[in-house]
Order: sequence, then C-alpha cells, then structure tokens
Amino acid sequence: MPKNIYEKIWAAHLVHAPEGQDAILYIDRHYVHEVTSPQAFEGLRLAGRTVRRPELTFATMDHNIPTTDRARPIADPLSKQQVEKLAANCKESGIALFDMYDRRNGIVHVIGPELGLTQPGMTIVCGDSHTSTHGAFGALAFGIGTSEVEHVLATQTLLQKPSKTMEVRVGGALPSGITAKDIVLAIIGEIGTAGGTGYVIEYTGEAIRGLSMEGRMTVCNMSIEAGARAGLISPDEKTAAYLEGRPYLPKDTPWKQLAASWLSWASDSGCAYDRVVELDARNIEPQVTWGTSPGMVTGVRGRTPVLAETADANTRLAYEKALQYMGLDEGTPITEIAINKMFLGSCTNARIEDLRAAAAVAKGYKVHAAIEQALVVPGSQHVKEQAEAEGLDKVFREAGFEWREAGCSMRLAMNEDRLNPGDRCASTSNRNFEGRQGKGGRTHLVSPGMAVAAAIKGRFVDIREWEYK
Amino acid sequence: MQSFTRHTGIVAPLEALNVDTDQIIPKQFLKRIERTGYEDMLFYDWRYLDDGKTPNPDFEMNAPRYRDASILLTKDNFGCGSSREHAPWALYDYGFRCILAPSYADIFYNNCFNNGMLPICLPGEVVEQLFAEVRAQEGYQLTVDLEQLRITKPDGGEVPFDLHPFLRERLLNGWDQIGLTLRFEDKIAAFETARSASA
Repeated sequence: MPKNIYEKIWAAHLVHAPEGQDAILYIDRHYVHEVTSPQAFEGLRLAGRTVRRPELTFATMDHNIPTTDRARPIADPLSKQQVEKLAANCKESGIALFDMYDRRNGIVHVIGPELGLTQPGMTIVCGDSHTSTHGAFGALAFGIGTSEVEHVLATQTLLQKPSKTMEVRVGGALPSGITAKDIVLAIIGEIGTAGGTGYVIEYTGEAIRGLSMEGRMTVCNMSIEAGARAGLISPDEKTAAYLEGRPYLPKDTPWKQLAASWLSWASDSGCAYDRVVELDARNIEPQVTWGTSPGMVTGVRGRTPVLAETADANTRLAYEKALQYMGLDEGTPITEIAINKMFLGSCTNARIEDLRAAAAVAKGYKVHAAIEQALVVPGSQHVKEQAEAEGLDKVFREAGFEWREAGCSMRLAMNEDRLNPGDRCASTSNRNFEGRQGKGGRTHLVSPGMAVAAAIKGRFVDIREWEYK
Repeated sequence: MQSFTRHTGIVAPLEALNVDTDQIIPKQFLKRIERTGYEDMLFYDWRYLDDGKTPNPDFEMNAPRYRDASILLTKDNFGCGSSREHAPWALYDYGFRCILAPSYADIFYNNCFNNGMLPICLPGEVVEQLFAEVRAQEGYQLTVDLEQLRITKPDGGEVPFDLHPFLRERLLNGWDQIGLTLRFEDKIAAFETARSASA
C-alpha cells in the first residue's frame, strides 16, 4: 500500500508499541537551547539519571544572547545565568555546544540545516515550537515541553500517539513578488490557527516544489501557527543538493547512496491523508496580519474586518479585542497602516535568501523619517558572513537599517531588543500575539520584502508594484 | 509526579479565544532556571496594571470571588503558540488543577499531563452554559472525577467527558513518563543495535 512520508518515518522509528500505552518513538536528533532545558537537566540529576546518547544531542545559545557587541558581557544577570547553566550542563553530559563565540552559532532552526545535522527521514525534537522548520528536509520535527526534553535526554525516545495527516496542496506557479511567507500566512488564514491541531501537515504541489530550501523552511516553520505540531515536505533533488557537503553528514556513505536513501522517504504516489486542503498560488496576494493571531491576516489590498459582518459571536469578540489592542479601526485599508519600527529576522525569515530579497528592495532607498528603529538580524553567524561577503550589510546600512549580530532578537524579545507600548512594527517573525515583541507592542507579520518596503514608505505598500533600483 | 483522582474547586472564567502561552506567562519570566515559583507571573500582562504589581480591576479573574479558584474555564485553542512548559507550571503554581475548554493546542495539552494537571475538552455549548452558571453564582464549584470521567455541578447535574485511556491511567497513578519508558529499555537497546547493524 502506498505510504505518505509521515507513515514511513513513524514506522522506521517505532521502538515498541506497548498494549494500552503510547508508542515509544526513537529520536535521531535532539536540539537543546538555554531557555527550555535547565529544568530538564536538573530533573535528570534529581532522579539520578544520565543522558543516554549525548552524541545525538546538539546545543546552541540563541534566545538570550545580545545581538550587539558580543565582546561585552550579557547585561541581564538572569540571561547570563541561563547561558552559563547550559554550558555547564553540556560539559557535564558530554553534549556538543555551539556557544555564542562559536562561528557555527545561530538560531537552532537555522544552524541545524546549515550544518547538515538535519537530514531527511529523521525524527528531530527540540524544546521549541518552531522545530517544525526542519520538516522542510522531509524530517519529522516538532516542539516538545521541558518534561519531554528530559524524557529524550534520558531515553532517546518519546511517548507518542500517531497523528492524523493533512495534505496542504498549493497548486500553480508562485506569482512574482509572492514568497513562502505569503503562502504560509495564506494557509493559516484558510485553515485557522487551530486548523492543524492533531495533524501533521505535508505541503505538496507545484508552488511548494518551486520554493528553495530556505522558502520551504519558512513554510514549515509556521506549521505550529496553524496548530500543527509538525509540517513537512517530501525530499527531492533540491533537498539533496542543499545538503551536499555539509559538515555533519555521515562520512562513510558515498554521496549518491546517501541522496538515494533520502529520496526514498518521499510520499508514495497515491498515498492517502486524513484531510486534504487545496490552495491556488496564483490567488495569493502579499499577506499582512492585522490582529493578534497569525490567522488574523489579509492581502495587502484588503482591509481590517468589519465587526457587523462577522457572524460568529466568539470570533467577533476576538476581532474586537484584537482591533482595540492593535489600535486599528474596522474596515481600515492595510495600505493606510503606518509603522514606526521594522524587524527583519527570526527563525522564520533570517536566512540568506530572505536577506537578499530584502536588500534588493532596500537598494537605493532610505528608511522613512517616521521609522524609529529598523533592525536586520541574520539568523546565524554563517548567514551574517555570507551576507557581508555579498555586500548586503552595506546596502542595508546605506539605506538606514541597523545591521546586527545573529540571534532570535525581537522575535521573542528576550534579549535587549523589544518594542515599547504603542509601537507598530512590520515584522518578518512568526507571532503577532499581544506583547510578543514587547508589552503593548503591535506586530504585523509580513515577508522580508514587504517589511523593508514598509520601512521605506512608512506604511504598508504592495511589493508587486515596487520600483527596484 | 502528583496524581489526580478527584478534585473539587471554585471555577474562574477566562473569556478569550486562542489564549497563547505568551499570555499565560510572558517571555521575561523564562529566564529563571527553576521549575516552580511562577504563580505571580501567570497572565502577567492582563492581571496587573502597567506598574506590574497593581491588580487590573478589569481582569475578571482578579475579582475576590475567584481568588481561590482551582478550575479554569476558558475557550477554544487554549495554550497555543510557544512550547514553553512554564505555562502549565505557572497555572499549577497559581493553584489550578483542572482546565475546561472546547479545545487545546497539542504541545500545551501534553505538557499539562506531565505536570499532574487535567485539561478537559467539553463541547462548545457546555462551555458556554458553564460560563453563564459560573457568573450567575458566586462561589460556583465543580467536582471533577477522573475515575468516573464525570463532572458534577452544584445542583447535582452531571457532565460526562472523554479522555484517552492511557492519559487517564497516567494521571490517576501519577506515573513518571521516563520511568514508564525505561521499563522497555531492552527494546530501546535492541532498536539501537539493529539500526547500527543496518547502517
């Protein structure tokens, strides 16, 4: 019987399915960061347990580290403590750590693929909901809580119930100016922020195949914003080509053999899913969120909702609260929304392709006078170096953008970069929840090109009409 | 882990859809390395005025009648967003032992069970009815019986609920997940051996 990729990966990692209990699933890669791991290591110690397979675990510091000068110590004593704790735990357990001075450091979801740690057919977990990013490589990757982090450290497995599967097929070629970010925001707008709950999503179709690996990571990254724990894309030649030569691939297997084994994970033709959703890429506009949930999204030519036209009482209440928090009137055209800050970065959109697209928009322009801060934060040291080698940093700086060190930065606002009450920010991150980028801060999620264009014009504009210089 | 068999407590309403874990506990409190002590940080941005300490009078749960609440009544997709286990830690530390809502986000739902807290899914209309009853009667209490999979109202009315048998068993016994898995350590070892042989 034809199988989909989720079914194949599940079957290959099933250690044991005890009667009346969740299945025990083997975990190939465990990524650890400083925020969600200290209590897990402490739990192990208290129970007298050790890390079963330290060589399958890789740690990075990404949430708390400054994106300004790394030579200075971390100012916040709690951030410092968390970072030091991770270093001590890794040392004690024999886990490889890419610390903030390491050239390989960066956001865990950027460096995993960069280093070739993420490979097709793997099971990958991390105490971070955006672990779904790694699904772009045809890996089953999802976020877990700290108790589960402890479980994986102790047993290299997780207790799991099989998920339902959903195929999201995006047909048609992607129109010019439309990016992976617009695709995934449009998907969330279509199925809702809980539409994927209980499912693993496989993204298929011409528009998805047409995306680069970076674009595929952007789509899979935001699966969690649709409620799905994991989102993945069957591996193809692009997947293999991206991974070729990466440092952490198995050294003793010939490249051709490795690539062939990866491709065998792809969903079989004629396989079945529990649910199928179809979108046509040709109908997708540049997307802008107007509210406090990623599902509160519309095309750049659209408007904020009109409450009287919203039938469901709970939805109306949610829209009303969101408009109030966002300081927006009903029926406001998106292109009339003015911003005072811009953030380009995060594990959704901080890869080299994102920076190239954004720099192309910025080239020859200046940031608008009303913009108080416009930050560009590369996703990893590697991305930063590459961007600098291509001169992108210069383009951004000349246009009046701040060029920063790599990290999560404003996405989670755990370091020193954050919004003030009432600030309105065009952001390439993944969550527009109340207070996510700083208390009282208002976030509009957009693609990198849309964010930079908004910073230059001081309000949202349709990137499809941009005059590139 | 603490077991959960039967619980009686005051119900507090939280009228909001898609409450995300950033609202349950904002990110600035994730810098701590402890597993407990998060009670004052729960719903921080909603619960306090801008000074961060004066209770916000507009936040319904701050009303004195809900002060000792241990059952949280809320709406769809509770606990969405970040995977932070600090969210169930904060709810638990505040005193909540049980949550009632039409639906939950997956990661949050799992995290609750790893901390001895019971999230129950109820049909939307039952939840709406409970909101009305809770507000109508000060000191409104419910008894949640995990053994019988049944909620009992003050007037003796009963609401049945469903739960995956394994999750029920785990909570009833307060089983430690790692301990459960390590009973099959031989299977894990055999899996690892078989894999390295075929690689």
